[in-house]
Amino acid sequence: MRRLRAAKDKTARYIMLGIAIFTILFLLAIGLSLFFKALPIIREKNLWVLLTSADWKPFKGKFGFLPFILSTFYVSLIAIIIALPFSILTSIYLNSYASKSVKRLFEPVVDLLSGIPPIIYGVWGTLTIVPLIANKIATKFVEYSTGYTVLAGGVVLAVMIIPLLISIMVEVFRSIPKEMTDASLSMGATKWQTVKRVILRKSVSGIIAATVLALSRAFGETMAVLMVCGNITQIPHSIFDACYPLPALIANNYGEMLSMPNYESALMFSAFLLFIIVVLFNGLSRFTLNQIERRYQF
Amino acid sequence: MKHLEEKIFKVIMICAAMIILGVLVYIIATVFYRGLPSLTLDMITKLPGGGFYLGKEGGVLNAIVGSLYIIIGSLAISILISVPLVMYINFYLPAKSIFSSLIRFSLDILFGIPSIVYGAFGFALMIFLGVRASLLGGILTVAMLIMPIMMRSFDEITRLLSHELPDALLSLGATKYEMVKVIMKQLMPGLVTAILLAIGRGIGDAATVLFTAGYTDNIPASLNQPAATLPLSIFFQLGSPVEEVQNRAYASAIILTVIILILSFSARYFSSRFSKNKI
Repeated sequence: MRRLRAAKDKTARYIMLGIAIFTILFLLAIGLSLFFKALPIIREKNLWVLLTSADWKPFKGKFGFLPFILSTFYVSLIAIIIALPFSILTSIYLNSYASKSVKRLFEPVVDLLSGIPPIIYGVWGTLTIVPLIANKIATKFVEYSTGYTVLAGGVVLAVMIIPLLISIMVEVFRSIPKEMTDASLSMGATKWQTVKRVILRKSVSGIIAATVLALSRAFGETMAVLMVCGNITQIPHSIFDACYPLPALIANNYGEMLSMPNYESALMFSAFLLFIIVVLFNGLSRFTLNQIERRYQF
Repeated sequence: MKHLEEKIFKVIMICAAMIILGVLVYIIATVFYRGLPSLTLDMITKLPGGGFYLGKEGGVLNAIVGSLYIIIGSLAISILISVPLVMYINFYLPAKSIFSSLIRFSLDILFGIPSIVYGAFGFALMIFLGVRASLLGGILTVAMLIMPIMMRSFDEITRLLSHELPDALLSLGATKYEMVKVIMKQLMPGLVTAILLAIGRGIGDAATVLFTAGYTDNIPASLNQPAATLPLSIFFQLGSPVEEVQNRAYASAIILTVIILILSFSARYFSSRFSKNKI
């Protein structure tokens, strides 16, 4: 009887260890398989050319990823620029000002915003943001715009990353010891002065980490951006130009282009690119955030 | 002076918070406003009929059932892997082991990988294994996407559990495996919360199933048949030039939104119950 129990315990332990190792290897497996799938095109074209050429004619064997890389970058940048002030202000409000009932009201709001599927954001974007840009905003700056633009992608993405930013920043602000803010308040500083001089200054690394994390989320967002940003292969010159981010490129073409081995490899290259950027950004910011959490745990 | 600044910034902060709340309401309202006129009982009880994509009758039952199949299958896989893993990090490994922080770190990164990358990886894997776009492919790929979500949220809840109960069980002579079996009962509401969160993410994601699950107007009868999914159904209907079909896309968007709302609120309910039961 005792031996049976011990054997069960041992078996369970080994199975669990196996699963744990599998989880770590899984990450490696994704990276490696994407890399090897992308290798043919890297070998053939030279990495530098792939990254810096704007010449995208897959049927003539020309694969310049610059338009897609820049599109991804611009859309994400606009999203961050819009989302950051809203997120910081709201997180400060929730952390230092709001009453318990307001906080309780806001939790489901953040939950829901992060739970709404990308496709719904896309639908909302095409119904509201795109016509708004085409009819109201763009007319003030350029002669004509379809509304399917860098700006539309940026706005929709901004709404999508706000919940991520808020939930991390609230954690970051909360990790600041109460003694510090109390000290500042008891010296006669107003709440806002305390926020400005103590809380914000103490959380710079946390805010940067949250921003990097949100940026990497924005880089990879596919469906919502694809639906509102026009998908025209070009280097966008203004925020009222259409653009074509990397994830949209994969989503629109992968699966149909298997007959052309080069094309498939090129798409895998873009997936690999996304993977590397996201892993780097995520790794860095998670590392920073874990450090912050540890610093204030005791 | 400083009190004026205080007031100004307080107003700005309240505005920012109100705008965020307003956007959420605006999104849900837009979807309902546009979709409600086309939301009929047929939408959720009928398969797409002939000429459905030209505006003739039918519904999106194929997508609802397909999404359901895929999420059930991928849930089964991810629960089987997540639960032992979380138990292992929390109760088998020492509290501050390098191995457990390495696992948590890779979970964080897996969590951040975009769904389109999982989709591309899943599809490449399927080609390698000789599986065509099918229910099975969709289940496997969605499982990859939701596994890190489930593991992380379940791990976070498990970490809150105090160590008194495990210690008491061990001191009574239980093996670790027996201890874990008892603790799992305690953690049930937490697991349910994690599952609901994972369903929410998995059921709404289109990029993972885009290449891997395929699309069909029928309900898949076996694992190697293609399966329709709700997000893709919305996407394809939206791409149609026919206005009626587009309206149906909005109606389908309501169905998806309602599913997400229900999931989100029940997750909240279970997690609040959990915090009450906490020892």
